[in-house]
Formats: sequence, C-alpha cells, structure tokens
Amino acid sequence: MEKEAGKMIQSCPTTQAQSQLAEAVLRESGQNVNLCYQCRKCAAGCPISYVMDYKPAQLIHAIRLGMDDLVLNSKTVWLCASCETCTTRCPQEVDVAKVMDAVKITALRRGVKPAIPQVASFYNAALANIKKCGRMYELGMIVGFKLRTFEFFKDVGLGMKMFRKGKLRMVPSLGGALTTLRIFRRVKNVEKKNRNA
Amino acid sequence: MAAKYAYYPGCSLHSTGSEYDVSFRAVCEKLGIQIDEIKGWVCCGTSPAHCTSRLLSLALPYENLLLVERMGATDVVAPCASCFSRLKTAVHEAAEDPDIAGQIREVLDAPLPESVNVLSPLEIFNDGTPIAEAVTKQWPGLKVVCYYGCLLTRPSKVMQFDECEYPMAMDELLASLGIATLDWSYKTDCCGGALAVTRTDVVLKLTHDILEEAVAVGANAIAVACPLCHVNLDTRQTEVEQEYGTQYGLPVFYFTQLMGLAFGIPPAKLGLQKHFVSADALLSGVRED
Ligand code: SF4
Ligand code: SF4
Repeated sequence: MEKEAGKMIQSCPTTQAQSQLAEAVLRESGQNVNLCYQCRKCAAGCPISYVMDYKPAQLIHAIRLGMDDLVLNSKTVWLCASCETCTTRCPQEVDVAKVMDAVKITALRRGVKPAIPQVASFYNAALANIKKCGRMYELGMIVGFKLRTFEFFKDVGLGMKMFRKGKLRMVPSLGGALTTLRIFRRVKNVEKKNRNA
Repeated sequence: MAAKYAYYPGCSLHSTGSEYDVSFRAVCEKLGIQIDEIKGWVCCGTSPAHCTSRLLSLALPYENLLLVERMGATDVVAPCASCFSRLKTAVHEAAEDPDIAGQIREVLDAPLPESVNVLSPLEIFNDGTPIAEAVTKQWPGLKVVCYYGCLLTRPSKVMQFDECEYPMAMDELLASLGIATLDWSYKTDCCGGALAVTRTDVVLKLTHDILEEAVAVGANAIAVACPLCHVNLDTRQTEVEQEYGTQYGLPVFYFTQLMGLAFGIPPAKLGLQKHFVSADALLSGVRED
C-alpha cells in the first residue's frame, strides 16, 4: 500500500521538476524528499534538534526548494547522531537519517567546508585508522584526531583513566589490515567509475 | 543440542568494551553455547563510514559476512549494537537495491552470501536456551532499568528486533534470572553516541536526562547492550555529575555481566573491575548467599 502511494507521488509533476539538490540526494541515498508533507514528527523526536541550526524537517524542506547553500553549510547534518528516530517515525517513510548522510557526502564531494569541522576530522581520523589497521585502534585514532583538530588537552584525564583500567590497547591489532586497504581502494574506484558513467 | 555461532566482536569489544566480550564469553561457556570468533574480521566502519561513503559502509560489513560463510557458519552473533546494526543494514540494503549489491560484489570480488543470519546475543539467549536452570545466585535488591539505546531496534524496518519504541527482550531475559527490572520511558532514547568526542556538551546533556530518569523511577543500576552507551553512561558519569551538580554513583552493567552474576560467576571474571562507577557497594548490599 505505502509502496503504491510512493509510486503515485513520484509520477506527479511537482516531483519531476525537483531541485538538483533533491536529485543529488536521491541518487546518493535512494530517498525522495518530495514525499515529505512537513508533519515535523522527525524534528519533534530528534534528540539533537536543540543544538541544530535547522530542524530535520526544515532541512528536508530546504533540499526540496534547492537551497544548496543553506543545506550544504548547515550544522544540522554534522550534528546528527544517526540515532534513526526520525527514520523510524516518519509517516511518509522518508529515511531522514540517510538524507543526513547523503547531504554530508554531497557537501564533501563538492568541496564545501564542513560546518562542524571537528566532526569531519573525527571521521577522517577514524577512517584513516580503519584503512591502515583493519580495525579501529582507539589510541591511534585519538592521536590522529588531535593532530587534525589541535584539541590536545580535551579528555586527556579520561583517556589516562581508561588506559589504567585496561580499556585502551597499547598496540594496534593488524588483523585484516591488508583487507581494508584493498576494500578502501576498490570502493574509491567503483565510486569514481559510477560517477563518470 | 549445543548451539553454535560465528562471533563478530567488533572493535569496541576488543578495547573500550572488553568487559562485554569477557562476560559474553563466560556466559556462553556456562550455557554450553559455542561461539567461534571470525578470523581476520575487520571493522564494520560504523558512523565514519556511512556518513562519508554508502558503498564503503556496506562493503566492510559484507567482508565479514563473507568470512562467516567461509567458516561454514550460517548464524553470526554481534553483541555491539552498532556492529549489529551495520551488519543488518548491509544485508537489508543489498536485498532492496540490486544495483548497490552489484557494487558491493565488485568491491569484494565475490558473490554475496545469501543465507547468513545476523543475531544479537539477546536473540540467542531468548531462543529457548534454558537459562533459568543455570541460576545459582539471587540478587533480590537489584532494581535495574534496561537501556536499549538507538541501534538495537532502529530503524525497525531493518532491525526487526522487538518493539522499536518499547522493547522488552532484555527485561524479560533478566526477569527470567530473578532480577527485577523497572518500567521507564528512556529505554530507546539516544545518549549521543560518538558525538562525545566532538560535542561533549550534547552527550553530557542527553546522558544526564537518562541518568535522572533512571534515578527517578527508583533504579539502582542500569543494564546496557552497547559499548558506546556504556562509555557515555559509565565512563562519563562523573563528568555529568560535575557539570550538573548531581550525585548518582549509578553502576552500569552489560546485561551479560548481570547474567554472569546470577550464574554465580565471580565479578572479576566478568570484568566488573573495569567500570568507572564501582558496583562493589551495591553488590555487597543486595547479595543473598
Ligand atoms: S517526519 Fe517525514 S513527513 Fe514528517 S516532516 Fe519529517 S520527513 Fe517530513
Ligand atoms: S538520526 Fe539524526 S536527525 Fe534523525 S533523529 Fe537522530 S539525531 Fe536527529
């Protein structure tokens, strides 16, 4: 039934004339933001909305309207904790959390500076770590993160205590390191090929 | 019938959440459940992957599922809620979208396994395993709120795990061991997860809300099934107390540690000494020998 409704809406003229940004989001995530009817359930349940510059429902609407600058420079997408509350509750089955990811990916691809640079640095540090070690090596990741953000003293006490409790490893386990190197490389190639296709 | 599963610990259970690993293994051993750690497993990619590349976020979990298939196993158990969710999401998306499935195949250079079941420990313990028979110790004074967090149940179309807004699997499991659990309204509220690294203020606020509610309903302990939730609720609890001028001292257990206690496994073998908020006083106060 819901699938049927989705199809009906997809074939109506307003969605055929959709913004380029909405199309980019659709390509990246399979999500059609034009299904949104602004009930704002996603915003109401979002635990992070109180610090966002635009509530999830507003961001969805701005994508529909093709407000690229506002959307790609918003803090909202970088603050999203991927808790999936919005996605679970949306009556129109818009996967809002996936839209958040698609916007981040689009922003990075277009070279837009992330509105919360620390979050992007954290992702970069973590990914570099996984690529090299095969698994997340927390100590290495934290050092990488601090080198990227220059926040050397944040959480140092906490880190020391975790270390004393035996919660952080001294050396990375390199099981799977070659595998992740290969996967990262091949993902890049496949993505590039598809973009040029 | 001895149950047998491939075991995907994920990065956290090898480091910040090592108590979850230790206690899960101890409990499985007690129940005669065989778990075999996947050799050469890799990180599932978690948020840094899905926030930056959809293909990467699906290929990494699938690499592990391929390893499971090569072990000759059909069921893989993933205790970390985040790994559990990433593995299930990969299966879901590949099934829904043949195009992305093709891309994952291309990256991994192998046909995708079709019949691997991804399970949470809550599912394998609730699967007719005679757990009540293994109970040797009662903890009548414990009043536990079960905190499921985000990713065990959400999004429901992918996870298909219990009732997404008000799950009961952990409550029922603990109740069957004679441990009292309480109703409360923060079972599936978000703790902020990995935002702790970059926006500690947000995590302190969300964690504060959760701790407040737990205390308000009269709980003296919290049970969790996710290493990220555990870091925020236990490791950062003192920070929350400082920030909000409160005093909780509320021990946070992995549910597998509570199972172990009910089975009479010594606390040190369950990794309880690794917690920031000590459970010693609570446990000596509520034990019945
Ligand atoms: S819950 Fe869904 S339909 Fe409602 S405002 Fe959010 S995206 Fe739109
Ligand atoms: S997934 Fe992101 S946008 Fe959606 S409710 Fe959670 S924090 Fe808010």
